[in-house]
This record gives sequence, C-alpha cells and structure tokens, in this order.
Amino acid sequence: MSIGRTSPQVRAGQYAALAAYVVFLGFPLVWLLSTAFKSTREIALGDSGLLPSSPTLTNFADAVDKANLFEAGRNSLVVALATTVLTVVVCLPAAYALARFRTILRPITLAWILISQVFPTILVIIPLFLILKQYRLLDALPGLAIVYVVFTLPFCLWMLIGFVAAIPRELEEAGAMDGASRLRILISIVMPLLRPGIIATALFAFISSWNEFLFALVLIQSPEKATLPLTLSRFVGAEGQVQLGALAAASLLATIPSLLFFALIQRRLSSGLLVGAVKG
Amino acid sequence: MTSTTPVPAPALPRDAKQPRRGRRPRREGRDAWLLLLPALVPVALFSVYPLLQGIYLGFTDSEAGLNQVTHFTGFENYADLLDNELFWSSFRIGLIWAFSVTILQFVSALGLALLLNQPLRLRWLARILALVPWAMPPVVVAIMWRLVYNPNNGPVSGLSQLLGLGQLNLLGDFGTALPAVIVVGVWAGMPQTTIALLAGLQSVDPSLHEAAAVDGAGAWSRLFHVTLPELRPVIIAITSLNFIWNVNTFDLIYVLTNGGPGGRTMLPMLFAYNEAFRYGNFGVAAAMGNVMVVLIVGFLLLYLRSRLKGIRE
Repeated sequence: MSIGRTSPQVRAGQYAALAAYVVFLGFPLVWLLSTAFKSTREIALGDSGLLPSSPTLTNFADAVDKANLFEAGRNSLVVALATTVLTVVVCLPAAYALARFRTILRPITLAWILISQVFPTILVIIPLFLILKQYRLLDALPGLAIVYVVFTLPFCLWMLIGFVAAIPRELEEAGAMDGASRLRILISIVMPLLRPGIIATALFAFISSWNEFLFALVLIQSPEKATLPLTLSRFVGAEGQVQLGALAAASLLATIPSLLFFALIQRRLSSGLLVGAVKG
Repeated sequence: MTSTTPVPAPALPRDAKQPRRGRRPRREGRDAWLLLLPALVPVALFSVYPLLQGIYLGFTDSEAGLNQVTHFTGFENYADLLDNELFWSSFRIGLIWAFSVTILQFVSALGLALLLNQPLRLRWLARILALVPWAMPPVVVAIMWRLVYNPNNGPVSGLSQLLGLGQLNLLGDFGTALPAVIVVGVWAGMPQTTIALLAGLQSVDPSLHEAAAVDGAGAWSRLFHVTLPELRPVIIAITSLNFIWNVNTFDLIYVLTNGGPGGRTMLPMLFAYNEAFRYGNFGVAAAMGNVMVVLIVGFLLLYLRSRLKGIRE
C-alpha cells in the first residue's frame, strides 16, 4: 500500500500504532523475564519496577529443585522427539501418495483432516483414556507419544501434501526415464527437494507436542512421568507469594527449547532448495 | 481392518492434462495403500475409532470406574443438560469468549499485518514479537499473564494503585475475569492470524492499488475496496479456524482461572473436562462435546454460506 507519498502525520500514526503493538505483545514477556530474576523479597514487597533491583539466579535454582524441572524436561523432550521422528516417518510416504496418486483414499483423507479439526478433544479423550488403559499405555510416555503423533498428523499431512505437489513432476519422470525405481526416485529425487517441507513438519510436530497440555493432563498420572506443561500447572496450584519468582523462572526455562527449535529451523526453512535443484 | 477394502477401480476417467497419471492404476492403487498404511492404522485406531465411540458415549450413561455397566439412554443427557443452569451459563460464556476472541484477534491481527506490510523501522521487532506467542506453551502464556494480573505485585494492579484506584484483582473479580482472559486469548492467538493475513497482503497485486490510487481512492477506501476483498479467502479461512480453536480452548483458562471466580470463566471444554474427570460422568461430558460439535458446525455453515454468497455476487 505504498502508493504515492505517505504524509508525515500518517507515518507518525503508524509508528504510534506499531509502538502500541510492541508494548502489548512484548510487555508480558518482559515482565516474565524480570520476575524470574527478582528476589523473593522484592516480589513480596509488591512495589517493584519493570527491572529487578538486584538481579538474582536463586529462582532458577529453586525452580529446578522444587518443581522436578529436569525430570519433567527430560520427559517432554523424549515425547517431543519421538513424536517428531514418528510423525515425519509416517507422514512422508502418506503425503507423497496423496499428492501423486489418484486413489479413493485421497478424498477420504482430506475429509478426515477437516473433520479432525472440528471435533473437540473431549469427545476423543474419554474413549482414548479407556483404550489406552486396555493396552496398558495409560500413564506411559509411549502412549502419550502415539496420541501426539495421531493428532499432529492431519495438519502435518496437509502441509506436506502442499510441498510434494510443488515439486515438478518432470523431475520424477526424468528419473524414471533414466531407469530409477520408484523407491530410488523417492529417496534420491523427492526427499532432498522436500527438505523444507520435512523441516516444517518436524518443527510443527515438535512444538505441538512440547506445548501440549490436555492429553498429558488426562493420560499421565504419576508425577515422575509428567511433562513440563503438566509440572508447571501443578506448580501454579502450589504457588504462594514466595514462589512467584521460581514459577517465572521455570516457565522461562520451559519456553527456551521450543523457541530455540523455532529459531534454528526457521533459518533453514528459507533456503529455497527447489530453485537450486532446477538451476543445476 | 483396512486390508479387505478393494483397490480403486481402474476405469477412472483420464485427466487430459496429465496423461501419465492413469497409466498403471491398479499398481498405483496398491502403492498408495502401502504408502498410506503407516498413517492410516494409528489414525483409525487412536482417532477415528475413539471419536465414533465418543459420539456414542454422549447417548449413554457411561461413568468412570471399574465394572460400570453402560446403557444406551438416547437423549436423556441432553434433556438433563437443558435443565442444568451451569450448562447454560457455560454455554453463554463459551459463546461470548469464542466470538469476542475471534473478532478481536482478527481486527488486531489485521492492523498489525497492515503495519508490517509498510516500510517502517523496527518492523522486525514487532514481527518477532508477533511470532513468539506461537512458540510458547499455552501453560506458560497463562502463568505469564497470571503474573501480569497478580493483584499484589503485578504491574496492572501496581498502575491502578499508583493512580489511587486501589488494588485490582482482574482474574478474581466477577466482573473483570472474563474480559481479562479474553485479552489473554487475543494475545495468544495473534501469531497465526497475523502471519496468515500478512501472507495474504503480500500476494495482493500492487497494480490494483495503483489503479485505485489513480482513480483517486484514499488509503481507507483502498483498504475497504481493494485490500479486504482481495484478502477475503484468507480472512474466511483464518477466522473459521480461529473460531473452532477458540470454542475448544482449554489449557489457557485451566491455568489462568480454572473456570473461576464463581464459574465466570467456565468455558464449555472446562465444564466437560470437570464432568468427565472430576465427577466421572463420561456420558454427560461426551454429550457436551456433541453439543459443541453441533454448535461449531452450525455457526460455520451460517458463516461460510453468507461469506461465499458474497464472493459469487
């Protein structure tokens, strides 16, 4: 919308609006960050400013200590990594088949992807609870990972189908012409070109599993198997004035991995591999 | 359970544009099944089957506990829900929540997307900030806002005390709890909406704006007559998705208020969760889920019909 010259008044208004957005979006983050570094005393006094008067790390020590943060973090990491790997492994061939083959499964799967978005989790979670109990997968991390795979799958498939469809068919046909088998075509031609898509899928699966709460709340019962969001939510219940700092510190620590993952993967995502492939 | 289904008929009409596609349909059909099987089996087992069973449970008196015998009770659960005042209150709160969060998300995300589409300095900062909530666990978002809203040492209450208005307990007061959690809902849902709208904005053909500008259209006029109509498909898609997600919100509210004070923020999902896993009434909770599905589908149909009609005209 940069038509003509924008008048200084309009520009000023735009900057004011942008500043308002930055404050609204950024202020809670800054407050969380600063609370994590405030001393218990400073928090209890209640008149502290935006920045901690004497920054301290005791909250982090407390958080790791009292909230079983390491154990919960390890559980979360195990489940998230398992979910990520399984989702990608299961999604890749399925997305390829759905994008390339004319099969009756195509409309069925696409319809399911839409339907699965509409149904509230509560309808699925009660029978799931009973089924997992039957298979002795209740209160077990593998059971939770399976559930995460199943429920991140629709969206991941949706994404990957788009990525597969964007790969020119001619590349595969050229491979077939040169006598490559279908498997060979998949591994040597499709997979490398799909890297951005695979990365996006992995990112989505990891973050959704790392952040998920309701399934974990219902399907995990023992404290030693709790994932991070679960442990944090229990910590909230036990919070007194005293523990606010530790709560903030724990929350901050729990956010770092998915933020890192996001930052790491986002850069790779933008490298246009397809362009390179066609060029040479 | 999937192995008995026959391979799709080979006599499908050929697509003239892609003649190679139907070359070996029988073989392709088999390949497709093989490639899809690893995805289909777990989905059938842990998603389709439980969903069907969940829908059915809504018509039974199923309860938690060992050796409970479940009976089909037809519409009894729904009749009970109609008489339940707490259900109606939760229903009403759910609608207020879902509509206000969806609308506010859209308006604020549109504003931000329009700004991010301008050559402004510090745009990168807003862009990053707009993405961060997406990577945060909702539980952490809720904890963070509990700190912000904390009546004793939170900044909101602090500001109110500074102005001489006394302590503010936004999450604890009957009147302010729902608006306060709605603000959190908007904050948490802005990323996807902003990114979707920004992507839509960047694909609007600039020549349309130039043509409108040549015809003397001002900025507002171009927004309403060029930008928004061009964005229409994106807007319909993202607002529909947001609405579904918002009706189904659970974790944010569970941590922020757990439905309190006095049930003022008892969203339908929270109500259903309590019925199922606090009181053990699986049947009633599933019935509530069914009601939510009908509600979501009903509103979406109305919405999509009115929007799509507009496109055709």
